[in-house]
Amino acid sequence: MKNFLKKLVGMQFFIPIAALLLLALFNLIADPSFFRITLGQNSNGDPVLSGYLITILDYGSELAILAIGMTLVTAATGGQDISVGAGIAIAGSVILKMLCGSNTRPTELQMPIMLAFFIAVLVSIAFSCFNGVLVAYFNIQPMVATLILFTAGRSIAAWINNNELPIISSECSRSFSYFGNFIPGIPIPTPVFIVAITIVIIMLLLKFTTLKLYTQSVGINPKSSRLNGLNPELIKITAFAILGVCVAISGLIKVSRLSTINYSVIAKDIEMDAILAVALGGNALSGGKFSTWGSILGAYVIQFLTTTLYKLNVSSDALPAYKAVVIIILVVASSATVREKVGRFFKELSSGNASAPGAGKGGVKA
Amino acid sequence: MREGAVLEMRGICKFFPGVRALENVDFTLCKGEIHALMGENGAGKSTLIKVLTGVYPMDGGEIFLEGDTRAAVIRSPQDAQKVGISTVYQEITLCPNLSVAENMYIGRDSVKGVNWKKMNEDADKILQSLDIPAKGSRQLGSCSIAVQQMVAIARAVDMDCKVLILDEPTSSLDEQEVAKLFGLMRDLKKKGVGIIFVTHFLDQVYEVCDKITVLRDGKLVGEYVIEDLPRVQLVSKMLGKDLDDMSDIKSESKPYDGNKDETVLECRGLCSNAGIKPFDFHINKGEVNGFTGLLGSGRSECVRAIFGADKVIGGKVMMNGKEVKITKPIQAMNCGIAYLPEDRKNDGIVADLSVKENILLALQVMKGFFKPLTTAQANEFTEQYIKLLDIKTASANTPIKALSGGNQQKCILARWLLTHPQYLILDEPTRGIDVGTKIDIQKLVLKLASEGTSITFISSETDEMLRTCSRLVVMRDRKVVGELSGDDLNQNMIMNTIAGGDK
Amino acid sequence: MNKKLTDKLRDMSDTNLLLTITLFVFVIMYLCAVIFLGEGFLKPQTFLNLFNNNASLIIISCGLSLVMITGGIDISVGGVMALVCMSCAVNLDLNGGNVFTSLLIALCIGLAFGIGQGLLIAYLDIQPFIVTLAGMFLARGLTTIVHTNPFNVENEQFVHLRETRITVPGLGTVNKHGKYIPAYIEIGVLVAVAVVIILFAVLRWTKTGRNFYAVGGNPQSALMLGINVKRTRFISYVICGLLAGIGGYVYFMHVGSGSPSHASGAEMNAIASSIIGGTMLSGGVGNIIGTLFGVLSLCTIKDIVSSIGLDDAWWTGITIALMLCIFLVIQSVIMVNKHSNKPSADSTDEKTAKKSAG
Repeated sequence: MKNFLKKLVGMQFFIPIAALLLLALFNLIADPSFFRITLGQNSNGDPVLSGYLITILDYGSELAILAIGMTLVTAATGGQDISVGAGIAIAGSVILKMLCGSNTRPTELQMPIMLAFFIAVLVSIAFSCFNGVLVAYFNIQPMVATLILFTAGRSIAAWINNNELPIISSECSRSFSYFGNFIPGIPIPTPVFIVAITIVIIMLLLKFTTLKLYTQSVGINPKSSRLNGLNPELIKITAFAILGVCVAISGLIKVSRLSTINYSVIAKDIEMDAILAVALGGNALSGGKFSTWGSILGAYVIQFLTTTLYKLNVSSDALPAYKAVVIIILVVASSATVREKVGRFFKELSSGNASAPGAGKGGVKA
Repeated sequence: MREGAVLEMRGICKFFPGVRALENVDFTLCKGEIHALMGENGAGKSTLIKVLTGVYPMDGGEIFLEGDTRAAVIRSPQDAQKVGISTVYQEITLCPNLSVAENMYIGRDSVKGVNWKKMNEDADKILQSLDIPAKGSRQLGSCSIAVQQMVAIARAVDMDCKVLILDEPTSSLDEQEVAKLFGLMRDLKKKGVGIIFVTHFLDQVYEVCDKITVLRDGKLVGEYVIEDLPRVQLVSKMLGKDLDDMSDIKSESKPYDGNKDETVLECRGLCSNAGIKPFDFHINKGEVNGFTGLLGSGRSECVRAIFGADKVIGGKVMMNGKEVKITKPIQAMNCGIAYLPEDRKNDGIVADLSVKENILLALQVMKGFFKPLTTAQANEFTEQYIKLLDIKTASANTPIKALSGGNQQKCILARWLLTHPQYLILDEPTRGIDVGTKIDIQKLVLKLASEGTSITFISSETDEMLRTCSRLVVMRDRKVVGELSGDDLNQNMIMNTIAGGDK
Repeated sequence: MNKKLTDKLRDMSDTNLLLTITLFVFVIMYLCAVIFLGEGFLKPQTFLNLFNNNASLIIISCGLSLVMITGGIDISVGGVMALVCMSCAVNLDLNGGNVFTSLLIALCIGLAFGIGQGLLIAYLDIQPFIVTLAGMFLARGLTTIVHTNPFNVENEQFVHLRETRITVPGLGTVNKHGKYIPAYIEIGVLVAVAVVIILFAVLRWTKTGRNFYAVGGNPQSALMLGINVKRTRFISYVICGLLAGIGGYVYFMHVGSGSPSHASGAEMNAIASSIIGGTMLSGGVGNIIGTLFGVLSLCTIKDIVSSIGLDDAWWTGITIALMLCIFLVIQSVIMVNKHSNKPSADSTDEKTAKKSAG
């Protein structure tokens, strides 16, 4: 039993799962209606599920998708991309530009949505690869390299549409809003499906290619990886390119939700949340070994927290303060030093009984 | 405390998760003696030293210092410095971004504030007196590894210490520098400093040391006066078994009986950006040859050029008579060349990955991005090679960084054997690993050669090369200066060729 | 590149090399501005305004450089500045405080953040990015909790302080109407200059100062060299927090209001300035004088952009990013060149030379 507990605490997913359970417990005590899911109808008369849990699944989608890409970049480069928010603005702007053409209030779409999305993916990959080249070939730390796009991204997004705000009204195209809302007849929010598809694709990629081994190996020791025939530069850029795709998908969901774009506000601070999701998932921000599932879980923990706070009537401006407190508690609880101390405390407690040799906790490595 | 002792460690214990690194170890160091600490890799030498210098907290035992009946409290390297223990660690533990002089004085209590002029002058004086070719104001990172190591020694020596610990300081030094270091050690010994000396070179132990303490598997084997312990006995104490005569391994193995004149690899005028002169080289099927020369003579650079590890800027390479283009390691690997790099820690292992992943890495890369090995295959290969090379690991999923140096080296060897190379390059495969594994590796080399693999074997220890190689390429000043084989293959001829005295 | 120059480059420490590049670029840039954009940039006041408008940025950039030299990062500084502005504003106008109580509040907030974050990062070994990210969230959130809406401070004592101008003798200009207009600086500039000088001296001539470099260069080695790595790290965050508090107050004196949106993006500007000033995010390399010129370069670019007439906000973003990009690439290329000149080559030459002589 004790060993089981210890193993549990040592597990990578312990922190995000424990956080989820705690949040759920808190909500259960505070107000059980948090968990109620009702089948209602939206303004168009289509059946939709509503409830806080659905909100979490729905609005956590962008974050979950980004977290996947961010995990790969973190693993391969040992650094983080802080330009994903700006990247979403660019991708969103490209989609709208493609769909609307020169008219900011179009009456019909200029091209199929999928084609516009595809172009946005290409643009997004191009920008991501720019980051990747700076990181891989010029050896600039990722945070610094992506600081460039972080500074310029929203300006570029505005420049793409000449600083105008195109709007795709429901008269123009109903199907455009499907990606961020509901498809008529399906009560589950579409972003949930998009996340599911993305996860499946990534998992297939990890299973049927050697992406995971290559990425980890390059992240831990690029020199040795090169001598084993790998091309570390290419792998780093690949990681960035995958993040680029994730950014474009998130961008599509974001603009579809709003049917328009606000360059300075869209996906603001989402890079911070995405990095946080990676860290909460038990991944080292210094790169190397990674778990995508951990990051995805981390993303939903963050969204769970946000939704819970909104429910408690915390204003959106004050939200970060509460978030910060929770983050601090989580990271302190998961820090190796604290765990070791707690572990030793338990050991001393149990030393009165049979003392098991070698039962010391992991993560004591100096 | 024993009469004249300057340091006494009693009943030292240290546990790591799942491992007993030290168990009840006693160690006594007397004034003015040079005391060798010997043992195989993973025997606990480094751990004992790290416990003594406060890097690791100890789980049991006491440390006494001269003139104090109470046990000393050493919780950090800072504490150790304060009580008069100064250390040169195995890896260079200096800051590359600071100047040489700063590295010598930082973290020492004697200095208040920084007087740059005085510090540089003082440093220059010491460097000069030790004949170290560096200036105090230069940035440490731009000096060669050997100079960095000497700076670390200069720092340790300059501190007014009672105990000086040298943990394998000689592995990156050439003979002259080693001689200099030994002179220094003898001077300090006269001044009454106790010196703990850790090394893998038996010659060096018998040259300077007075006493030997042997550790094995984290336990104390015994303390001996040097005259009472001949080499063979020392080695058998370290290994815990009697040593079969090492010099005979060459005659034991039978040479390759196929067509020996078949050239596997031939290069002409090969040249890389690492600063070697263009060289010609060829190797036949089933042949073991070697590159020899002083440190920095370009022997590693040669094999790196063959493997495409450095940027190749000229020359032709022919594999089995056909010209091939090798500019990147992956191309060399596809031609059937394997390369075990000199710097195990930085170029060899992928520290956080498991033993299994480390072993499979090269094969997986050769198979390609879209063809991952199945779990069953992966496990089978790993098990097979762990058994074949007798790799000591808790499981195949243990991170490789938890293994001792020798076992890590075996994993890297397994990685390359798994790719079934025609031509295997081993650059210093025996550096920094224990005697037992050294012999294992040499035997393996000969066995592989007898099965038809061509092998290049590079080692700093000429004995090893003589034992394994049938032909030696001699290098000096980044150029090939000669080739020795047959009867020319002996210590004297090698030395003469290296020194250029045969002309 | 000829051999002499390469040798010189190699003998230079990384810190000095990057500093030289920064100074060089700043001078070139300012000269270009003067030549192509006219006299405006020749006026002493234009130059002094660089300081007047950016005193707070100079101060927090110094703090950030210190943390970056030690191998960490602090992205909470912008948030702390906003919190300081709002708290001081509330203290002065709503709670009847005076200049001293508000200054005290500013310092305390800065110190509290510095100590808190320092403890978590240095003693609990938590990644600095995450801790200071939490710090940023906390500070931004608290700002709205302290007071939701932006407002101007009307406390007389403070307004008087804020409008104090210090005339710089001998640097005035005569305007079109023949009236002599003296050049001035604000109080904040004095604070910034003092911070730069003190921090420069500390980093260059004290033991603690050198410890920052050692810890940033290689923490493991620093530990083995007998440096208290944890304490050194801790101190760097405390100083950075304190400087964020001071910077916040200087900013407050410059704008004279409290608002949740104050100093947004300041942390990224500070990081960019430090990098342009030759600090490396990987630690161990950097210089406070460089940071000062990093801030000045960044702000000169902004000035140039607005005086060309590209006043749109997005051009500023794009040009700064462009400059950052060029800078990073130059730094990276030079560092790679410098370090790829195989360091072992010369010393082995020395060795072999000695050997053949002996």
